[in-house]
Amino acid sequence: MANLLDKIKKVELVGRGGASFPVYLKWKTVKSEKSLEKYLVINGAEGEPGIYKDAYIINNYPEELMGGVKIASDFIKAKKIYFYLNKSLYDSKNKLNRIANSVGLKGEIIFFLKPVDSGYIAGEESTILNIIEGKNIESRLRPPFPACSGLFGMPTLINNIETIYNVYLVGKNKYQNKRFYSINFNKKNKGVYFLSENLSIKQVLKETKNYPDYNFFVQIGGDASGEVLNSNQLNKKVDGAGSITIYNLEKHQPEKLLKYWLNFFRDNSCGKCTPCREGTYRLCEMFDNFSLDMRKEKDFSDLCDNLFLSSFCALGTSAPIAVLSYFKNVYEPLIVSQKNLKVLKKNVKRKK
Amino acid sequence: MSKEKNKEIRIKIDGKSYKCVSGEKILDVAKRNNIFIPSLCHHSDLDIKANCRVCVVEIKGYNRLMTSCSTIACDGMEVFTNSPKVKLSRDTNLKLIFSTHIEKCSDCSSRFNCDLLSLARRYGLNIANFKDRKSKRKTYKFSNSVEIDGSQCIDCQNCVDVCSNVQKINYLKKTGKGYKQEIVPTEDENIECIYCGQCTLHCPVASAQEQYNWDEVENILANKKGKKLIAMIAPSTRISIGEMFGFPYGYNAADQMVGALKKLGFDEVVDVNFGADVTTLVEAEELLERLSDKKAKLPMITSCCPAWVKYLEFYRPDLIPHLTSSRSPQIHLGGIIKTYWAQKKNIKPKDIVTVSIMPCTAKKFESRRPELKINGLYPIDEVMTVRELAFLIKKNGIDFKNLKKVKSNDLFNDGSGAAVIYGASGGVMESALRTASHIICKGSNKAKICHSRLEFKEVRGLKGVKEVSINLDGNKLNIAVVNGIGNIKEVLSKLKKYHYIEVMACPGGCIGGGGQIIPSSMDIVQKRMEGLYSSDKKEKVRTAHDNQVAVEAFNWIKSNKLSHKVLHTKYVSRKK
Repeated sequence: MANLLDKIKKVELVGRGGASFPVYLKWKTVKSEKSLEKYLVINGAEGEPGIYKDAYIINNYPEELMGGVKIASDFIKAKKIYFYLNKSLYDSKNKLNRIANSVGLKGEIIFFLKPVDSGYIAGEESTILNIIEGKNIESRLRPPFPACSGLFGMPTLINNIETIYNVYLVGKNKYQNKRFYSINFNKKNKGVYFLSENLSIKQVLKETKNYPDYNFFVQIGGDASGEVLNSNQLNKKVDGAGSITIYNLEKHQPEKLLKYWLNFFRDNSCGKCTPCREGTYRLCEMFDNFSLDMRKEKDFSDLCDNLFLSSFCALGTSAPIAVLSYFKNVYEPLIVSQKNLKVLKKNVKRKK
Repeated sequence: MSKEKNKEIRIKIDGKSYKCVSGEKILDVAKRNNIFIPSLCHHSDLDIKANCRVCVVEIKGYNRLMTSCSTIACDGMEVFTNSPKVKLSRDTNLKLIFSTHIEKCSDCSSRFNCDLLSLARRYGLNIANFKDRKSKRKTYKFSNSVEIDGSQCIDCQNCVDVCSNVQKINYLKKTGKGYKQEIVPTEDENIECIYCGQCTLHCPVASAQEQYNWDEVENILANKKGKKLIAMIAPSTRISIGEMFGFPYGYNAADQMVGALKKLGFDEVVDVNFGADVTTLVEAEELLERLSDKKAKLPMITSCCPAWVKYLEFYRPDLIPHLTSSRSPQIHLGGIIKTYWAQKKNIKPKDIVTVSIMPCTAKKFESRRPELKINGLYPIDEVMTVRELAFLIKKNGIDFKNLKKVKSNDLFNDGSGAAVIYGASGGVMESALRTASHIICKGSNKAKICHSRLEFKEVRGLKGVKEVSINLDGNKLNIAVVNGIGNIKEVLSKLKKYHYIEVMACPGGCIGGGGQIIPSSMDIVQKRMEGLYSSDKKEKVRTAHDNQVAVEAFNWIKSNKLSHKVLHTKYVSRKK
């Protein structure tokens, strides 16, 4: 078993839920906790729009996934396993359960349905622990980290589906530093691809033959919280939960996109902390009042900075990313060019 | 934190080095060293939530800010409380919070000690930077005691925490999410508010607050119409009101209180301590009766805490026969004023208006219990919390600190030391034991060797449940003192063990009452408690039965066959 941890460390496996935390550190912490009762929680509640990999893994690699669950469970000697799934994935529970029985996990897994209308935050790991315990749907104060004091106050290993799948591969010496990429066009999924994690955005688009033949920009790592980049910024690796969403530069409607991002965070904020609950609300209000010119207001930059600086959890800190990077990388360069501005204005009119 | 771990840790705050204890939070280190960091959702009685985000600080090496209430001081940490990042976040969060709280300052009893207003002034912030967004929120009223005004709530959730985790009532819930979230009373048929008012005591912005009576009292004072206006001050209020006027914690400001009430226009001020002595006489007598009657229900349980009575009537009506039939001190005193005093003074009871100053929100509910009426009149006409009184004093510009002692009334005295300690958990028990042990000794064959005990220190202090066996003239008496309703189940589960139980719904007793001066915390309650016991020690008369005037009034009621109307009461089973 120590052998497994060494392997995980060696291949530098990181969590695929979005935060990219080193897997071996989390596993080591849970393992070294002295408690007799430990829990394993599998997070299969893809809440970020634009990410389709969990469903893809469940549909295509369920045996490997459950093999990974077995490895994780044996590693920490889990008392119970909670398999947390959102509604669209919950239908796979019977299939997963059959496989679980065959890998020696009979009766050890509790399938847990993500509450309806619980939103984005209900995919965050400490929030999931609250949900399983029947508490308020909001994230927990850290420290203590779930690895030390998680479910019912016990050490808890909580990993995303893709991470567990990767652990299975590492165990079988088949891990090749690949990750899943969800590629979308204007929020419609084109496909999920399994490629090296070291590719740049441009390489991923080219290798999958998805590189557009028109002017475009992209959003990386989730359609809500992901950073927006223009077509000259594609030499970066793909961050977060692994998505690339392509937008047509000339045909997109800036106001519609802005409103989507702003409303998403306002409506998905759990309400716990001031910067997120109130800040996302005020950003929507500012958009109603100033539209795209909101970016020139001091309150706008204060609210965005404040979300990053003082939010309680990652939902809040990531809330301004899309909007700020869109203004900076796409919108501002666009309006510099008069020609493009005209095109854009036409689009706005068309929308109205 | 264990003592072995107390190795020296030092952190820098704004460039200066400070020593800290292992595990100590940055906010606590700052407070200890008089460094101001604003905080709203933080309360030392409650678990740390870190949700208001106004106590953020910058820590060298970290890009984002940290909440000082939740971040443990680590050796070598460099903390900044006023950097540009901190200013941006703190000010923005405060402005956002201002816009969740509709200012109703003109008649808000917290306006002289409002954290929001003082923070706005301190940092020069416009409280109307963002538009108020909660104008359509509901106000939830719980009987005539407590209300939660949703249009003023800043979503800190202190009320929910104290109701659920401390009092273990679970009456308040959060519904909805994000900007739509709201604190609401539960619809669960099996859960009901007991009016303890701990939510009001822990609310940083008076969104949860007592239902006011100060406006009514102001009206009465302005339109006397030949009525006699009598103010009554509860034991624990004298020990806390000074906090609002620059006196140290635990200072007994009874003289200033009397002076202020007279200045406000009351004709007489009477001490509820006097009523408490009567309560002790009634209760000690009943206890001894029950102990000597084999058919009587035991244990006997105190009933002077109206939130506890409400709890029992709703959750455990089967235990009603265990409650002492004795009325509470404010009701005793109001009844005595409207019978005994009215007759001595030749005033018609209906021309008397009694206003009691209480540390309690549930006392408002108690005052309107119809079964307490005497010849159609409520013993108490208006109940104000001590917070409301402090507000009226400030509103009227009375220089409280420099008020001189004035004569309060010409009939009732200030009660005994046994009455003063009614304000602390264990005090009612101790007072009753002082008198019960005296009565037993007096009638005992062994009287020559029996010295009635004065102090029962075993029942004092802030422990959740205090259990003790006491020897009363050879009879073993098993007693329990429940300090805070959150500890009640432990005692109810082994009821048969005991002969006598005191229950106070608020942690610490009335000195931690829901109507007490804000801020209030267990540290402050501890200091108020010390103040009460030192006041008791200074009294010449320290037992109820030695309060001759109270005994006289008590006997007068009895000989006029008014016991039933003035001294005793009944309880009812309640549904939601």
